[in-house]
Amino acid sequence: MLKIENLHVSIDDKEILKGLSLDVKPGEIHAIMGPNGSGKSTLSSVIAGSEDYEVVKGNIFYNDENIEDLSAEERANKGIFMSFQYPVEIPGITVTNFIKTAINSNLKARGEKEMPAGDMLKKIREKSKLLEIDSKFLSRSLNEGFSGGEKKRNEIFQMAMLEPSLAILDETDSGLDIDALKIVANGVNKLKNDDNAIIIITHYQRLLDYILPDFVHVLQDGKITKSGDKSLALELEEKGYDWI
Amino acid sequence: MAYTEEELKKELESQEYQYGFTTDIDSETFPVGLNEDIVKAISKKKNEPEWMTQWRLEAYSSWKDMEEPNWHNVKYKKPDFQAISYFSAPKTNKYKSLDEVDPELIKTFNKLGISIEEQKKLAGVAVDIVMDSVSVATTFRETLAEKGIIFCSISEAIKDYPELVKKYIGKVIPRKDNYYAALNSAVFSDGSFCYIPKGVKCPMELSTYFRINQAGTGQFERTLVIADEGSYVSYLEGCTAPSRDENQLHAAVVELIAMDNAEIKYSTVQNWYPGNKQGKGGVYNFVTKRGLCNTNSKISWTQVETGSAVTWKYPSCILRGDNSIGEFYSIAVTNNYQQADTGTKMIHIGKNTKSTIISKGISAGKSQNSYRGLVQIGKRASNARNFSQCDSLLMGNNCGAHTFPYIEAKNKSAQIEHEATTSKIGEDQIFYCNQRGIDTEKAIALIVNGFSKEVLNKLPMEFAVEAQKLLEISLEGSVG
Repeated sequence: MLKIENLHVSIDDKEILKGLSLDVKPGEIHAIMGPNGSGKSTLSSVIAGSEDYEVVKGNIFYNDENIEDLSAEERANKGIFMSFQYPVEIPGITVTNFIKTAINSNLKARGEKEMPAGDMLKKIREKSKLLEIDSKFLSRSLNEGFSGGEKKRNEIFQMAMLEPSLAILDETDSGLDIDALKIVANGVNKLKNDDNAIIIITHYQRLLDYILPDFVHVLQDGKITKSGDKSLALELEEKGYDWI
Repeated sequence: MAYTEEELKKELESQEYQYGFTTDIDSETFPVGLNEDIVKAISKKKNEPEWMTQWRLEAYSSWKDMEEPNWHNVKYKKPDFQAISYFSAPKTNKYKSLDEVDPELIKTFNKLGISIEEQKKLAGVAVDIVMDSVSVATTFRETLAEKGIIFCSISEAIKDYPELVKKYIGKVIPRKDNYYAALNSAVFSDGSFCYIPKGVKCPMELSTYFRINQAGTGQFERTLVIADEGSYVSYLEGCTAPSRDENQLHAAVVELIAMDNAEIKYSTVQNWYPGNKQGKGGVYNFVTKRGLCNTNSKISWTQVETGSAVTWKYPSCILRGDNSIGEFYSIAVTNNYQQADTGTKMIHIGKNTKSTIISKGISAGKSQNSYRGLVQIGKRASNARNFSQCDSLLMGNNCGAHTFPYIEAKNKSAQIEHEATTSKIGEDQIFYCNQRGIDTEKAIALIVNGFSKEVLNKLPMEFAVEAQKLLEISLEGSVG
């Protein structure tokens, strides 16, 4: 589904990713762990199509298509989703209105008809129940005055609504207390199926107690230095990144 | 909202001002320039009674000695008032049915998307269309007449209801009030008149479309709305203008009078030609709008200002009666080289008077957008309250947002609150929307609509839709 080959990425002429490769297949969950400044967030932004970064070398293939020249919205239209580490506020636009606009934009881009209001409402109810979201929350302005936990839950709610084939969760566990973490993890697990894939970007392994990854990769200084299974995450937790 | 994205897409594709066409109608235009003879000729042309001619001449004589104001935060080349033609009207005016109307005119309306046929069918909206200064079609008048409501052109009102006009015209905005009001009083071409009798709730939104149509013709509309005791009316005013290279002057005067326990809601969508991307052309919009509130009455101004090269406009409320309420809700959008200096005046005279000001300024391109407002609490206005909120949204690095709030309180019991914010559309907000599959144009529209929501919510439904579209079109291409 996602194949990254020898990716070199710079921002303001400073090289952040220095030859990163990654292969993610449908049905897999990959965790990318690394210390601060190792390039974790750069990786998620680059996959999502942020124009702040320059791909100097290497390729990103998504479903066998080189997506280098695709804009962020075109990538989103094709089913790539990123849960933001710091979701932005859009005052005056409700969560419901925003997700409605997003869903219909995606449908339109795929040449499909807009979702009828009734279906939309039904889906919103179903997914908000899954993530234990209060209906009052849905009529609040997007992320405005949301607590850290509410923002992250809203990100996963949008993921549930958009049903992406590739979801990148960028530091979704940061700012979450243990109860919120469980709800979010539970939601992600329910959304997981054999056709989609998830990349979890995290500093700590605690989210991985609730979402079990198939692969764990260690990202250090812009490169993947070690890959393994869940046990690698536990080992890292115990010994620290310097151990590698 | 009812409009579709396809419609918007199409409109966005036509980058130039979409209503930039002119109608080739055989018009009768006066020679350019202004003097007593021209004022007399306008009055004569319209078969006005002697008192009206005199009223105009007095206004003209005041205007002659006045100077164009220059305290506002806009820069423009002063119009040459002797190079303007002060009267132009389609030669045949007044038709019994649509069949008699010049097909060219019908075409124009169709281009504007306000075909009279449609309008007629649209229950709930009566339209008094002002085309080149003289009303050519009025609908729904009979329905209104049953309730005793008068809704006609001001010229007709001068002939048919001279007592009402005589009593109220120039009472809220005296002829000498300001330079443009004096000019308008001398040469006003036409406009609308509306009277709601005691205790009557007007059953439909009253709507007028204005349109400048004659090259080099100034447009001097005069509107007078009187809501008698305990009555209610909602009035809609919307404007579009064809594209012109030389600047066009628009100096309208709107007077509202709310008697005891009456309520007037006055909504405007202003979309005059803003000039091209290089700042050439565009309408000068120098408008005086003011309402007088008697005891327990309420006047609410809502405006969406997206057009004009230069805007100078302060819809105001004089809260003379005790317990009266004044409201001002405004969205002003400037793009490219547009300049707007707009706001309101809330003059608290009576006891327990309340006013609310919500102003949303959106600046893009190289434009300058100023809010200028006065909250004045008089000596006798005990327990007066005001709440003002002025928010500015900036797009790009070359535009400006300015706020000039003036507060004068002469009564210690007054409560005045003022809040102001300035924000910028962030690339992070746009990227967030992009990541969810929303393209940049739509993302900007979403952010701007969210920003303007409190004001958009105040507009009647049919206007809210048009206003949202206008916001999107006006800001097209402003973030690249």
